[in-house]
Amino acid sequence: MSALIDIRDVTKTYEMGAETIVHALDGVSLSIEAGDYVAIMGPSGSGKSTLMNLIGCLDTPSTGSYVLKGREISAMNDDELAQIRNKEIGFIFQTFNLLPRADAVQNVELPLVYSGLPRRERKIRAEKSLDAVGLGTRKHHRPNEMSGGQRQRVAIARALVNDPSILLADEPTGNLDSKTGEEILALMDDLHRGGNTIILVTHEDDLAQHAARVVRLRDGKIVSDVRNHPIAG
Amino acid sequence: MFLENVLMALKAIWANKMRSMLTTLGIVIGTAAVIAVVSIVQGFSQVITNEVQNLGANTIIVEPFRPPGKDGDKLGKIVLTWEDGLAVMRTCPSVSVATPVVQHFGEVKFGEERSQYPILGVQPVFQDVRNYYVDLGRFFGALDETGRTNACVIGHGVLTELKLPENPIGRDLLVEGRNCNIIGVMEPKGQLLGQELDKFVMIPYGTAVGAWGHTVEENTAFLVRSKTPELVEQAADEIENTLRVRHRLRSDQPSDFKVSTQKEFLKSFTKFANGVTYVVAGVVSIALLVGGIGIMNIMLVSVTERTREIGVRKAVGARRSHILSQFVIEAITLALVGGIIGIAMGIGVGAIAAKLIPNWPGFFVPIWAVVLAFGFSSAVGLFFGIYPAAKASRLDPIESLRYE
Repeated sequence: MSALIDIRDVTKTYEMGAETIVHALDGVSLSIEAGDYVAIMGPSGSGKSTLMNLIGCLDTPSTGSYVLKGREISAMNDDELAQIRNKEIGFIFQTFNLLPRADAVQNVELPLVYSGLPRRERKIRAEKSLDAVGLGTRKHHRPNEMSGGQRQRVAIARALVNDPSILLADEPTGNLDSKTGEEILALMDDLHRGGNTIILVTHEDDLAQHAARVVRLRDGKIVSDVRNHPIAG
Repeated sequence: MFLENVLMALKAIWANKMRSMLTTLGIVIGTAAVIAVVSIVQGFSQVITNEVQNLGANTIIVEPFRPPGKDGDKLGKIVLTWEDGLAVMRTCPSVSVATPVVQHFGEVKFGEERSQYPILGVQPVFQDVRNYYVDLGRFFGALDETGRTNACVIGHGVLTELKLPENPIGRDLLVEGRNCNIIGVMEPKGQLLGQELDKFVMIPYGTAVGAWGHTVEENTAFLVRSKTPELVEQAADEIENTLRVRHRLRSDQPSDFKVSTQKEFLKSFTKFANGVTYVVAGVVSIALLVGGIGIMNIMLVSVTERTREIGVRKAVGARRSHILSQFVIEAITLALVGGIIGIAMGIGVGAIAAKLIPNWPGFFVPIWAVVLAFGFSSAVGLFFGIYPAAKASRLDPIESLRYE
């Protein structure tokens, strides 16, 4: 069986002015199986954000190929990418990125709105997703009426609601105190045990220890790829 | 999805109440102006049409008239006498009856009460020509005309203003220093557009020319009635021909009199109403343009403020078309909210205007004006909302998510 994610010889270059060309990714190959929990690490400027944007289908590589669930992503246009993000990727951001004027349910159902699901079904699935992250009692609170940990749980519920292939978390505990951060990491561990594929982008070693596999980047290249635990399930 | 966008837009508008209100001011003013002016012009038309119907569609007015310009200056003395009127009655087959009318302002006294009134010299057929009859007493008879009697018929408004007894028949009025015996009171007509219709005194035409002299006699106007309303235009043509022959006018000379029918009056009123409409349309289009630019401006601000929101939406799967329609719908909703406020204000202004003007036929806004106002405001929202929305839809999700 082919891997969930198959990245081959991917480069990403940015032109900074007329002369300078920055190689954000320089020949990266990476394969990730379904159900894995992978931490992508590296100092700032190592290319980890660029790699995350590629995996999250927010961007396409300059050269090389990216196959997600058997589909070639690298040549897709904006609308096709949007559709892939909608169905296959669940984003968890450092700053939560919830819509301030919408309550928890409305935030969680947002991906389903763009999938074109009818309202009733959206509500049911959004509430189920909120129950799953332990926020069953806070369904109609707005982000500014919730704590940081609760907001991140809403964001995780939103990431899970469309049953995506990958949960993509970018420094998910960066804006939380350490105790709340631990709770969020425990929740992600649970999700991993439940069969979700998680990719965690971080620069903190403590966080990376939760992952089953740690990939380190430097100067746009993978410098190490270590497995801590076997793949769950 | 569409309903969601509308609700979302209303929420965004509500969240920025003050800003939204100022933004839509142009639209509010534009639509309010449309509704108010249309309702007032409609009421005005109603009044005019009623009046024309009241006067009778087969009434023709013939007046002495010097046409403007060089040709008019060359005509010499302008003279129209009742001799001309009699000739019209003799020679024009489509004319049924006609009365001369002369008029000037003069002082009328009863006891200690005095006032200035239009004094009209008319003949007995006036009632039938004008479709306007006495309420009390009688109108002039043939003997009043030939005998140039000092009889008078008064308008209903004179009764109260000069504190006349309830039945004034047989009492004497002092009309320009001449004792006139009141023989009749005309039926009350009320006001038309602020003009008193019941304050006048009528005396026999013969008496009037006798008293006012030759100049007045040479400046006589006629009210003519055609046999049927359909014959009005034909009667007008016949009068024109008869008088031109009598006045020995060459074909290159303009007429030294004016023949006007109610139809022409209606036509000139319609012209006036259209003029008002065009001026208002100009004001409205400027207001809507300003309003539209306001909306475009605020939508650009909104897109910038919500860059992150756009990034999140794109990250979770919104396509360009989703973002585009969201912001276009928001712009249209904003414009429509302005439109609704404007329509409400316009109806208010129109209703107040209708209350303030006496004899108004009642407040009325045609449905097409409301539809038009709605249509225009949403069109403005659509037109000026597209650019900001397109800008939003083209935002790069990575950049947007990083935006502070």
